[in-house]
Amino acid sequence: MTYLDHAATTPMLPDAIAAMSDAMSTVGNASSLHSSGRRARRVVEEAREVVAEALDARPSEVIFTGGGTESDNLAVKGTFWARRDADPARRRILVSAVEHHAVLDAVHWLADHEGAELTWLEVDECGRVRPETLRAAFEQGHDDIALATVMWANNEVGTVNPVAELAAVCAEYEVPLHTDAVQAVGGVDVGFAASGAQALTLTGHKIGGPYGVGALLLDRSATAVPLLHGGGQEREVRSGTLDVPGIHAFATAVRVSVAGRHEVADRMGKLRDDLIAAVRAEVPDAVLNGLPDDSPDRLPGIAHFTFPGCAGDSLLMLLDAKGIECSTGSACTAGVAEPSHVLTAMGADETAARGSLRFSLGHTSTRDDVDALARELRGAVDRARQAGLAGMRKQKQEA
Amino acid sequence: MRVLAAMSGGVDSAVAAARAVEAGHDVTGVHLALSAKPGTLRTGSRGCCTVEDSRDARRAADILGIPFYVWDFAERFTEEVVETFVGEYAAGRTPNPCVTCNEKIKFEALLEKAIALGFDAVCTGHYARLSVSDGVPELRRSADDHKDQSYVLASLTPEQLRHAMFPLGDSRKPDVREEAAERGLAVAEKPDSHDICFIPDGDTKKFLENRLGERPGDLVDAETGAVLGKHTGVHGFTVGQRKGLGIDAPAADGKPRYVLSLEPVSGTVKVGSSEELAVSTIDADRAIWPSEQPLSGPTECVVQVRAHGGMAPAVAEADGDAVRMSLREPLTGVAPGQVAVLYRPDAEAGDVVLGSAKIAATA
Repeated sequence: MTYLDHAATTPMLPDAIAAMSDAMSTVGNASSLHSSGRRARRVVEEAREVVAEALDARPSEVIFTGGGTESDNLAVKGTFWARRDADPARRRILVSAVEHHAVLDAVHWLADHEGAELTWLEVDECGRVRPETLRAAFEQGHDDIALATVMWANNEVGTVNPVAELAAVCAEYEVPLHTDAVQAVGGVDVGFAASGAQALTLTGHKIGGPYGVGALLLDRSATAVPLLHGGGQEREVRSGTLDVPGIHAFATAVRVSVAGRHEVADRMGKLRDDLIAAVRAEVPDAVLNGLPDDSPDRLPGIAHFTFPGCAGDSLLMLLDAKGIECSTGSACTAGVAEPSHVLTAMGADETAARGSLRFSLGHTSTRDDVDALARELRGAVDRARQAGLAGMRKQKQEA
Repeated sequence: MRVLAAMSGGVDSAVAAARAVEAGHDVTGVHLALSAKPGTLRTGSRGCCTVEDSRDARRAADILGIPFYVWDFAERFTEEVVETFVGEYAAGRTPNPCVTCNEKIKFEALLEKAIALGFDAVCTGHYARLSVSDGVPELRRSADDHKDQSYVLASLTPEQLRHAMFPLGDSRKPDVREEAAERGLAVAEKPDSHDICFIPDGDTKKFLENRLGERPGDLVDAETGAVLGKHTGVHGFTVGQRKGLGIDAPAADGKPRYVLSLEPVSGTVKVGSSEELAVSTIDADRAIWPSEQPLSGPTECVVQVRAHGGMAPAVAEADGDAVRMSLREPLTGVAPGQVAVLYRPDAEAGDVVLGSAKIAATA
């Protein structure tokens, strides 16, 4: 099997599996006051220090959560509520058009139910939010802004945003910036303090940790209204019994993936360049989306292509049948591959947005994976082209 | 063969796929998402392309051990089926959207995509018997009289039928349910679907009104020309309809009145007695001959004019694309826009579909 979907989830690191199994065989609620409780709490607090150190944050800024979606929701909704509570005029959210659904749907929910107003930050044709775009949004008026949210690196096309520059603009207007760094951690240098962001989302299963555990880094000066109420764990921002084995394994994955990021990124970057070259050799009219392949502001593991005339779901099925696993981007709950909102925001038309595939590499990827794709890709594209865009309106298919 | 099994999430398509697997074919399951905004859970009398149906189909594919994908055909379905349905009603005809869906979606858009992607056939859970010998297809009624769906498949061309597979044709529905349970398919007890999938609450009139608005016109006595009342659009009526005409005064003869014809341009709905409703001649066009054998000369057959019931012996004669059917017994409620299917009776092996054509006019 050729697994080219590491951006969806990547295999757990052996160290993380070992950490998880170790912690699973010991009892202890980290909130209990006896020896077992203290032992469990110690594991959690050590994990907090590990995560903080790896990401240039203070331990008190690390809030463990149930993963990226929860962290995004907590950051966006919690910050919105807290800022609005402090000043009812603050109802506007600046949000990039290429965010993950965990952010997009959260801000839409706030608009629908909490009276939030959304100002969309356009991206350039590479999928990047430019600082001047953010500044222009502030110059329209800033007293009513609750927060800004811009992802560190895009999960579909792999474009890395200038987060520190964006945060500096936000700081001028004293507005907090949240950044979803789920894809960035372990791929590029991520430092919380140096970034200037007030909140940063990360999750375990993208970096070799377990599913269902992640963290929100929340600046000590920032407040967030909790989504979950209960025992008051995690600075009273995230109640719920702490998942000791998950947190231990997650912190292990953060430590290993961040420490090894240069070596892995170097290796993955070379493989990705090979993959891009192979795709271009086999399908010369394939279009690489995002930044140019020699740009330093690309995630090392992602190569996202549009294959003109093909439906992404046809390609995915044909490659899957040959043992090659990749992704069309996001799918709805029913499993329908949706046209990518990221590509649409970058200016692509709907047929291009439906005719795209993401290949993503990770710590277990090898040259064999690239070779396997190169062997099968042309045949799959030829067939997918014959099948065309059957599900769409006829006039669109002819266009 | 490489077979693409269209899996709706119901029991029939799941068992059909299971039989295709058992017959040794290389089967891939596909669920078509046909609704632009799928509901989160089943609503109304029928679930179609809801998240729950998609999950049911996926679980069936898991049990069968076959790959499974969801393909988005919502736009094409809206264009070919829903918009056609609305347009036909607006034109005073009564369409059968299931016929259109088989003709344009399952065995055209989907089949063409399947063939292009390297599949040999599309397999569905329809109840009809299909055989192909020397490349000539033969479509017959199902072994289950109650479930027979040959009517809604009779508009498929020979080429479409050559790439179709209906593994349930020889089975009866209760046996299919039992087989599903034996195979461990959780959909074994799932209720049958009814009505029109894109009108989950079953209120066709409201659905059409939402899209077509009010197009007022007169209800007219066909015999006297007297205006009996007003209505809000011909799309609210079907030939043969008795209820909901909104006429207060009874007919002079005291007999119930029926819709006889619809005139979309003037907005006139003509009503009259059941005797006037009876037709003895049907003219149809767009003829399709599944076995590539157009009628040669006057042919004794049985004509069926709607999906359930509406059958009469007839003599049919074809002239190119057009077919004239002289009924030996009159039929009522014969609505232009519906399909007339011609069968050669065969009690043993199932009536054979000779051809089908779209009803244009009646007398």
